[in-house]
Order: sequence, then structure tokens, then C-alpha cells
Amino acid sequence: MKEITELNLPDDAHYTENHEWARPEGHGVRIGISDYAQDQLGDIVFVELPQVGSTYEKGQEFGTVESVKAVAELYMPIGGEVLAINTVLEDSPDLVNKNPYNDGWMIEVKASDPAELDTLMAKSAYLELLKGLE
Amino acid sequence: MKEPLGTTGLILNEPLLWEKGKRGRSGFSLPRRDVPPCPLDAELTGEGPDFPDLSEVDVVRHYTRLSTWNFGVDTGMYPLGSCTMKYNPKTNERQASLPGFAGAHPLLPTNLQQGALKLISELEQYLAEITGMDAVTLQPAAGAQGELTGMLLMHAYHQSKGSPRSKIIVPDTAHGTNPASAALCGYQPVAVKSNDQGILSPNSIVELMDDDTAGIMVTNPNTLGLFEENIKKIAEVVHSKGGLVYGDGANMNAVMGIVRMGDIGVDVMHLNLHKTFSTPHGGGGPGSGPVCVKSHLEPFLPVPRVIEKENRFLLSEDFPDSIGKLHAFYGNFGVMVKAYNYIRSMGPENLKKASQLAVLNANYVKEMLCGVLHLAYDRPCMHECVFSDRLQKEQKITTLEMAKRLMDYGFHPPTIYFPLVVNGAIMIEPTETESKENIDEFIEAVKSIVNEAKEAPELVREAPKKCKVKRMDETAAARRPCLSG
Amino acid sequence: MRFLPHTDEDIASMLKVVGADSLDDLFSTVPGDCRHKASLNLPEPLTEWEANNLMDVLSHSMGVSPEFKVFIGAGSYEHYIPATVSCLIGRSEFVTSYTPYQPEMSQGTLQGIFEYQTLTARLLGMEVANASLYDGASALAEALLMSVRTTRRKKVAVSTLIHPLYRRVVQTYFRPTGFELVELPYLKNGRTDLSKLDKIDDLAAVAVQSPNFFGCIEDLQPIGERAHEKEALFVTAFTEPLAYGLLKNPGSQGADIACGEGQSLGIPQWFGGPGLGMFASKMKYVRNMPGRLVGETVDMDGKRGFVLTLATREQHIRREKATSNICTNNSLCALTAAMYMASVGRTGIRELSGLNHDKCEYLKSELKKAGFEMAFDSPTFNEFVVKFPTGFETTYERLLGKKIVAGLSLAPYYPELTDHYLLCVTETRTRDELDEFVKELRL
Repeated sequence: MKEITELNLPDDAHYTENHEWARPEGHGVRIGISDYAQDQLGDIVFVELPQVGSTYEKGQEFGTVESVKAVAELYMPIGGEVLAINTVLEDSPDLVNKNPYNDGWMIEVKASDPAELDTLMAKSAYLELLKGLE
Repeated sequence: MKEPLGTTGLILNEPLLWEKGKRGRSGFSLPRRDVPPCPLDAELTGEGPDFPDLSEVDVVRHYTRLSTWNFGVDTGMYPLGSCTMKYNPKTNERQASLPGFAGAHPLLPTNLQQGALKLISELEQYLAEITGMDAVTLQPAAGAQGELTGMLLMHAYHQSKGSPRSKIIVPDTAHGTNPASAALCGYQPVAVKSNDQGILSPNSIVELMDDDTAGIMVTNPNTLGLFEENIKKIAEVVHSKGGLVYGDGANMNAVMGIVRMGDIGVDVMHLNLHKTFSTPHGGGGPGSGPVCVKSHLEPFLPVPRVIEKENRFLLSEDFPDSIGKLHAFYGNFGVMVKAYNYIRSMGPENLKKASQLAVLNANYVKEMLCGVLHLAYDRPCMHECVFSDRLQKEQKITTLEMAKRLMDYGFHPPTIYFPLVVNGAIMIEPTETESKENIDEFIEAVKSIVNEAKEAPELVREAPKKCKVKRMDETAAARRPCLSG
Repeated sequence: MRFLPHTDEDIASMLKVVGADSLDDLFSTVPGDCRHKASLNLPEPLTEWEANNLMDVLSHSMGVSPEFKVFIGAGSYEHYIPATVSCLIGRSEFVTSYTPYQPEMSQGTLQGIFEYQTLTARLLGMEVANASLYDGASALAEALLMSVRTTRRKKVAVSTLIHPLYRRVVQTYFRPTGFELVELPYLKNGRTDLSKLDKIDDLAAVAVQSPNFFGCIEDLQPIGERAHEKEALFVTAFTEPLAYGLLKNPGSQGADIACGEGQSLGIPQWFGGPGLGMFASKMKYVRNMPGRLVGETVDMDGKRGFVLTLATREQHIRREKATSNICTNNSLCALTAAMYMASVGRTGIRELSGLNHDKCEYLKSELKKAGFEMAFDSPTFNEFVVKFPTGFETTYERLLGKKIVAGLSLAPYYPELTDHYLLCVTETRTRDELDEFVKELRL
């Protein structure tokens, strides 16, 4: 497992308590799990993603991510309609481990309330949260 | 023993069945054809399965070699917490293979099945006596099916009282089958935390128990190997709101003849014949999960039930409130025979002694390993004790790695990473059938490994070295599942 | 006592280490009011020799082969078990080992079960089979629950020609769920009547058994097509897997899930259990499958090996969201079945299934010649239903006196079928025994 100082936490991402990240990308908002989450889970073997077109509220469960010995639920950082899902993860779930913020993105949503993005944590606040977990 | 237990030896490789064989070989003596062939409609006839053709020698060598890659209780110590891997007496096997039992059809006319019905009836009585309960069903085919049965009984009871409930309290130390069984019955599990002594506090139950809660599922002793001292009070709290107490009897080996669940507030519980009652694990099953109940739940028991009438035994379905059937017939009779034989061979004093010695062995391990490994709860334990890898954090050696290294020393690893409330848990249950020398050898092995963690950590990290295979790539197995050949 | 190795010296020295004065002291954390003070009221222990005598007496009272000729099937079948299978399955490394969670020291079980999964998939014509469930009945219940999970629909259509005791188990499993079970009646020819199907909506699965409880072979393909038209899963059940040595397998007929009882494959009848719940499905449903799965992989050195995999479906990880609560399964029985299938082989099973079919047909034709009425005219495999004349109970009793069990009365299961008896013939009945049976019936 990585030390906190070894974790990759991009500045342009917004973070949640459940270790998801959200980042505006073109017309939508991309969502995935943080480097801390993938490190804790270990080798990802399967990602269960929702159908395109489904709508979820902030905090609702939208999928699961599985490693060999653990399952974690995925919760919406912000509410919205699913515009796209990263189908590459079906054959290459390891992208979530290798590149959780780019190739390992999970879903892209159209934010129902763009203001919700501001309620999430910036990198510094997330870092404090992680230190508290030690 | 001066030499370590785990050694190397010549074992043989063996391919998969379909990688051997030759068309036309046979390993089976086909019965004589004494009737004419009768053609079947071509529309219904298939090709038959693509099985290999193997000779008898092929089959015998295949499975003999495979067996040498396995480690069983007969090979060595298996200190798996919560599994009670005690010695499986061979007398049990002799009884189960008697032709009168092995060759019996379940739907024979009553007069021709008296022996089996008598055995079932008597075994029910023995288990009722041991648990202090009023009635028993032997139908569930395993502990988890016993738990489901228990949940269905609770569900039927609450319905009969006109008070259907939607939740059930499950401790954070519970075995995964507990919430899974509750969910199968439509109950929503509500988690309750154990206190800093590792047991449940009545107050935390008071906070959760209400009219919409069916009751609580308790394992006693719990999965930390600790006796739930407050069980009577907790049962009172649950009963006061019309709820029921379900006892997961997986850890019964700690208390036979010492505590009877029926006397301390449990309304319904299951037993694992393949744990406490010495029937073999068979590499994953079959087991048997009898359910024992207090009289207020008796009307709901599965059918048919064995009743005695004028010195004869009968199967009766005359129980209108029964929840129905869990098994097509009567449960795993072939497993019941073994448990019955065990109880008849041990007798009441030896069953109690077995529990006492199981608890002695576990406490001895706890004393000897305390300080070598981090003891999760520094309190007297019952038949199992829980450690963690906290003391090895400095060397960055984990529970998993130490477990794998134990194999090289000739021991099956203990249960690891369960219960979930202890990080890096190592749960050790020696059982009463391990002698002092065996346990001393185990303790020496653990001490050596803890030492290696400091002095030669690669030995631990790269373990096991002496088994047929090294560590497996479980990630690849899950990412690209290859589930048949 | 030979299973308890501690001597008094051992106990004394261990108590000293632990700091307790007596064995009783070890239970200090058990409150006084929780302690059972009396002795357990159980019979005194028997020596090994006394236990043998007791069990011999109990077992001798049972009506079994070779003394009795039992012409009953109905989910439990008398088949020959080769000495090799009995001998190999008795090896204690298989019998006394645990679930293979530590793969490095369980490769015997793991490869053995991987082979079982493969042979089962081949027998049933399906893509993936699990490592076993308890029995045919619970396997069917799990198949229907899996269909509900997969389709997210709430109704299942179940043929009344599925084993009546299996249907009762399904009802018990369904009791607390709110899912609905709709029964499909049967036709005069002894097969399932699908006419009700069109009117059922929200359908998760259509389930039939073949050969069915009356021994009749269902025409599976059109049933599968009807199920798929309604976007439901096609579930096929069975109680006699040897049938697939001869018949078209469920996979080739469109089954999404094939499940049933594997006791016929080398496992003793054992008064109804332990048997073997066989369970197989299409690969696309595998993540929703209950039970354990063994997968092939490699170790750190690149050597082939086997592990339990896709464990995140199971209770020890997924807990209340698991695909089932099953933990202990029927592993040793699955291994037995694999040994049996390996011994019988591709060539052997064809002849063995053929023998089962032909011996049964022989009895049928002899009974017809003797003037007895066959209840249904669909083709059958090793079981069939006879409508005996009213008052047959007397004949039945007389035959019992001659140690012949003349089938299973259907009236308790199908009240409309009075005087109907389900008869079974396997490869274990000789022509002489069949002739003797007919002769006795004619008297």
C-alpha cells in the first residue's frame, strides 16, 4: 500500500468522502475513483457500470468496483444523467489501477445542478481526510 | 521432532482428465446386456457428452496423484478458527457405508425404513439435549441452509402473531452467511458494534431493538472466541419487544455440556455437524445444519417429521403451520449417521471433556503466542483466539504472508482476515483432538516465522516454497475467468 | 477416549501455563447463571465394537438391494458404483480437507472440482458449471432466484411435472420474497402444457424438468423458444443426469440455466442425502451465479494451477448482497461424480444410458403384453407411469411380502391420479428380475 505522500491527487479534481473524484470534461463531468481507493482495493478485476441514460441523485449508488477479495459501492459525487460509460474497462479493468484519473474514468454525467460540484472537497481537504484515516 | 514438519518429497504431476485417455478405453465394467436394444426417437437423441475415455489405471493414478497435492486433517494440524477442524473418526465412515444406509431409497414403504427413522429420531433427541432446546429438524443440508431455515421460522412466527417485521440485528463480528441468510428471507440486517471488550453490550441492543425488528442473530461464543457474557440480558431486551434470538451454533465446540443455548435465552439455533460433531469437511462439503427450536417455534418446523407411534417410527406431514421443505427428502442422512455414531461413541462426559480440552488448547496457544503476535483482546478466550499482524508492521510483513509461510512448516494456516473487526486477523482454533506436542510444534513454527520476518523476510514474502504450486495469480483468474476446460 | 489425546500430565502442565487451577476455571467468563450444572442426559459411550453391532442392527432393518428389488426412482436412483470410485473417494486427503481457500495446499480438490465443472458443462451442453449446490431441489430454487435477479422480473412459470418435492422446496424459498410462482399443468400425453404461458407477464423464467417426474422426455427446444419470446430465462431441471448420455442435452435446446440432482453419478442413495446439486448456465450470467467456482490460472513461476475465483459473488465477501448464502456445498459428492464420469467415459456412458433406457422399455413392453395400461404415451427414459386396476394396493402388499417394491403411488402427489404408479428400471435390474416382477403382477 502506498504512503499518503506517494498518492497521486490531481489539483483539478474534486473529491468525495467515499473516494470518488469528479472533473468537468467538455459538456459533462467525468467521475472515477481516487488513487487512494484503487490502492486500497488492490488489483481491480471488474467494474459494474450503469446504463447510459439513467439518472441518479448525488450520493446514490451507481455501480460497484471489485478486486479479488473486496467489493466497493460507487456513489455519485453529484446528481445527473449518465451520458457515457467507459466501456474499455470491461476488458481492461486494470486501467483503474494504472491510471485512475484518465484512462480509468468510469462515467460521464450531465450535472443536474452544477453547483453541487462546489460542495465537494478540493485536493487539500481530501488530503486532510486521508491523513485522518491513518 | 528435531527436523521441521514440512519437508519436500517426490509427488507427481498429473494432467487434466481430457488431456489423457484414448478413444475406446474403459474404466467401467458395463453390466451385461440381456434385453434387446430399443431405438429412441431420433429427434430426442443426442450425441452424448464429450468425456474422455480412460482406463481404470488411468483413473486410479489420476485421483491418487491429485490426493497427494492435498492437505487434510489426517495429514496435519488445521487450526482454522470457526471451522472446528477436529479429527474425523474412521468408525463414522464404516457406519455410513453400511449397505442398509448407503443403499436406502428415501421413499420406501414405512416398514422398510425403520432403522433410518429411528436414527433420525434419536439424533434429534440427542441434539435437543445438548442444546437445551425442545425440538429439532435435521433437514437443512448445511449451516447456511440452517440459518435460512431459522430465518423462515422467525418469519412464520411473526406472521402468525400478526406482527411481520422487516429488520434483524446482526453483530459486526458475524459470519457472512448471517446477513446473507437474513437477506434471503427479506430481512434488512442492522449492524451492531461489539464493545471494547469484544462482546455485545445490552445498551447497544436497546438502542436498536423495536417493534419492526424480528430479533437478533448471535454467535456464542462469538467469532473473536469470546463468550457473549451479556447474552441473557440481551435476550430479555429482544424478547421484551416481541423479538426472537437466533443462535449461530458454529462455535458449539466450546461449550458442550457446559452451556446450553436454550437455557440462556436462545429461541432458535443451528448446529454444524461437520464442525462440532466430527463429520468430515470433504474439501468443502457435504455438511449438515440441524436447527433446534423452543416449543413456541415447533409448529413451524419443516416437514416431514419423524414421530414415534406404538414403537414404530413414521414420517408425518400433519403440521399445518410448517414452513415447508428445504430439502427434497430428509436432509443429509449420510452425514447424520456419522454424527450419531460420534455422539454414541463419545457419551456425555467425553463430549464435555472435548469442549474443555478445546478451550484449554486455545488458551494455551494464546498464552504462548501472546507477544509473539499481537493479541487482539487480552482476555480469557474460549475455543479459539484472535491475533493480528500489528507487531509485524515494522517489517512490513502481513498476515497473509505469515499464513503462507506456515505451509512450509507443515501446518494449514489459521483463518485469516476474519472477523472483519480486527485488521489483519489471525483466528486460531486448535480443537481438542490436537495433542500438546502438536500444539507445541505449531507454536514453534509461528515463532520461527515471526523471527524470519525480522531476520530473513524474503522467506516469508515468497512463501510457500514447498507446496506443489507457489502463490497463484488470483487477479488473472478473476479478470479472465477460465472456468472449464 | 481414543479421540482425546491429552494425558493428565498434559492437562496439568498446560493449566499451569494458562494460570488456571482446573479445567472448570477456564470458563470464568461464563456467568454462573449461564452454566449447565447437570450432566447431559445422553446414553453412555459405546466401544467401537458395540457401535458396530448397534449400527449393523439398524441398517439390517432397511429394505435394500440385493434382498429387495426396489422399482422406485422419483429423484433417487439405484446404480452400480464401481469399486474404484468408492476406494478413491475414501482417500482421506480428499475427505478430511477443508474448502480450498489456501490453494497452494489444496490443488487436489481444486483440479478435481475444475474437472467436475468441465464434465458437468459437457454433460449438460452448457458453458459454465459451479462447484455444486446441496441437491436438485435447492438448485432449482437457486436457479429461479437467479433468474429473478438477472431479469429483474417477479414471476416464474414452473411445470407441475417437475418433481413435486422440488416444487415444495421452491415454494419455501419463495415464501418471504413476494415473487410469484405460476404452475403450468400437464397434458394427456405426459408432457407440460404451455398454453397458460402467453397470459403471464413480468416473467423471469420458465422451468421444466426433462425427463420429467412421469419419466417422459419433454420437447425442450420449442419450450425454450416460447420462454425467449417472452424474454424470460429458460431453466431446465433433471433428476437423472444419465439420461444425457443418450438424449439431447439442455444446452443444445436453448437452456439458459440447467440444474438438477447428480446422485446417479456414483453417489450412494443414502436415504435421500447427501446428493449433488448440479448447476450450470450460460457464461454471460456467471456473475449472478450462486455457489463456488474454480478457475484455472498460473502461479508465480508460471505453472498451471487452480483457485476459487469470482468470490465477490459469495457471502463471505458480499454478505447480504451475495448471490446466495451458500458456504459449505457438496464438494466431495461433486468429486465422486467426476470420478464416476471419468470411469464411465464417453463410450461407456452411451452404452450405460442405452441399457437404462432399453431395460425400462423392456419392462414397459412386457407389462403392455400382460394387459397393463401405460398412463402416458410420450417417450420415456428409465421411468414410466402405469395405471393399475383399482384395488392394486392388495397386490402391492403381496409383492412387498415377496420383497418387491412395485413402484411409487402417485396419488399423494397428484390426487387426480389414483391407482397410478411410477416405476423405475436402471441397469441394475436383470431381465430375470423384470420377468419375475411381471409374473408376480399377473398373479
